[in-house]
Amino acid sequence: MSDDMKDIRNDPVGDGEPVAKLTSRQVARRRRAAALRRTWAEFRRHPSGLFGLVVLIFFVSVAIFAPLIADPDGMSATQATGGVLESPSAEYPLGTDDSGRSVLTLLVYGARVSIMVGLLATAISVGLGTLIGLASGFFGGWTARVLFRLTEWFLVIPFLPLAIVLATIMGRSLVTIIVVIGVTSWPGTALLIRAQTLSIKERPYLERARVLGAGRWHQITRHVLPNVMPMVFANTTLTVAIAILTETTLSFLGLGDPTRVSWGSMLQDAFDVGAMTTGAWWYIIPPGVCVVLVVLSFTLVGQALEAIFNPKLRRR
Amino acid sequence: MSVVSSTAAAPPAVRRASYSRYLGAKVLGALGSLFFVLVINFFLFRVLPGDPARTLGRGRFRTEEALDRFREQYGLDQPVLQQFLTYLQNVFTGELGVSLRYRVPVSDLIQDRIWPTFLLVGTSTLLAMLIGVYLGMLAAWNRGRTVDKASTWGSLTLYSMPEWWLGLILIAVFAVGAGPIPGIFPTGGLHSVGVDPSSLEGVLDTAWHLALPVTTLTLAYLADYTLIMRSSLLDELGEDYLITARAKGLRDVEVRNRHGVRNALLPTTTLVAISLGYVVSGAITIETVFSIPGLGLLAVEATELPDYWVLQGCFLIASAGVIFANLVANLLYGVLDPRVRT
Repeated sequence: MSDDMKDIRNDPVGDGEPVAKLTSRQVARRRRAAALRRTWAEFRRHPSGLFGLVVLIFFVSVAIFAPLIADPDGMSATQATGGVLESPSAEYPLGTDDSGRSVLTLLVYGARVSIMVGLLATAISVGLGTLIGLASGFFGGWTARVLFRLTEWFLVIPFLPLAIVLATIMGRSLVTIIVVIGVTSWPGTALLIRAQTLSIKERPYLERARVLGAGRWHQITRHVLPNVMPMVFANTTLTVAIAILTETTLSFLGLGDPTRVSWGSMLQDAFDVGAMTTGAWWYIIPPGVCVVLVVLSFTLVGQALEAIFNPKLRRR
Repeated sequence: MSVVSSTAAAPPAVRRASYSRYLGAKVLGALGSLFFVLVINFFLFRVLPGDPARTLGRGRFRTEEALDRFREQYGLDQPVLQQFLTYLQNVFTGELGVSLRYRVPVSDLIQDRIWPTFLLVGTSTLLAMLIGVYLGMLAAWNRGRTVDKASTWGSLTLYSMPEWWLGLILIAVFAVGAGPIPGIFPTGGLHSVGVDPSSLEGVLDTAWHLALPVTTLTLAYLADYTLIMRSSLLDELGEDYLITARAKGLRDVEVRNRHGVRNALLPTTTLVAISLGYVVSGAITIETVFSIPGLGLLAVEATELPDYWVLQGCFLIASAGVIFANLVANLLYGVLDPRVRT
């Protein structure tokens, strides 16, 4: 449809005031915008969620604008200017590491790796979980049974040992870490989406859609998915928290990408040089505090969203 | 207890039959999971990039003959299905391969290393459960007050914290000493040199060594129990039967302890079972930080070489442990709450 035709249909009088005659797409868009505004209004009533959001915006900005905050040359161990494990000074606000690099610079660039790994791994995890959850909830028969069993099996496999085995077998790189976290953390999402899908499937309006001849694809994309989406969204923020924690732990265990600095690899390095016995607190405390703040913030935002989208939780 | 007494009127024969069916379903489910773990465990280590014999041997074999001998020794020259059957047979006879690093059977290594892990994880889980359930109750009863806010925020912070980082901090403060605090605990290990572990002195020595790691893990596990107990008790407190109980003239304390808490413990049991995988993770990192010679440290050391058979054995034991504990929790749940048996 051309723009002119849209104008005529929405504004036949030509006075700039649209009338109620809107295309279904526009109606949907308006409804979505209104829903978003409502969600935001509710979100603002959760002080802990707001706190999390502010902290997250801060850390994501640091990650994006890292080169503006700290000189990228400061990441090179060979060109490091500071002494070994120097305590904080005016030049190095958070001291130096064991090769004389500024800990603050490492922190700033570490934010990039930690947050990126968290987000990408979550994309895989939530994608897989949603797909499997939707399929096992919507379709009946043996497909659903097999998928449900698979989810249950993956749920009982201890997550970290599996991640360690996978990371060891696949070699140490950033891609490995992302894939490993992604493929080991989906079962929780899948179960949640499955339960939600099962409940939506039985609602009258979906029965009506079926009677009117809606195909499976239409039912899933137009009715089930939009209804599941808010829960997926809340779950995503909670999954990012777990993914970042896992990245930190795997890196600490020496399974991260050896060429990249993340908060986890900083802590591994600090542990290897015995920073806690030499009193080099500036090499241990800051990376850990960053991890805690980011993970806590994702969790708080996720809980606030969960409370908004899941009315049963609201009274808590 | 209140839940059971409500169904006591049902004929005992029916109840027993339904429990055995529940039991059967759960045991079958656990066996299925175990088989799945065996399949994963076998195939994960067969999708190694490149020639498995070369990768597994870690370049130790310079000649083709030596490689062939290695393949034959580990059955890598057999068809995959044959290899899988051999693997299954080996697992059930307790034969888990030979460690590339220690040159001893993996099963021997695991037997040596399982007890420290058991001691560490068992003590911490028990402590976390007791303290966590108590804190959760306290928070729910004082909902919205300072106690509630402090315990919820504390739990969330602990939940967001890598437990091994907390361990590093505790080492720096209580083992090395920071400022006015003297370092009174050892930085790692399980025993002092020259102390007989089976004597009374040895037991005290082990306890002294385990004080910091157990504290760390307890704090790490605590959050789950506190948050779950709090929310499930809040759920129960809104139920009608509690109003009935109060209307009957029971005192508030009795209503809470004898009705609310008992029912609130049920979801806690399930969620504990689900979070058991997390328990294993904690053991891995804490054993690394405190150099406790347990299964976790064994697995982490095995990633360095990599010592595939040790890694495979550790993964199998960890998964089997979680599946078994899960089964026990499920069976317990079936006894505690007859409603789930259907």
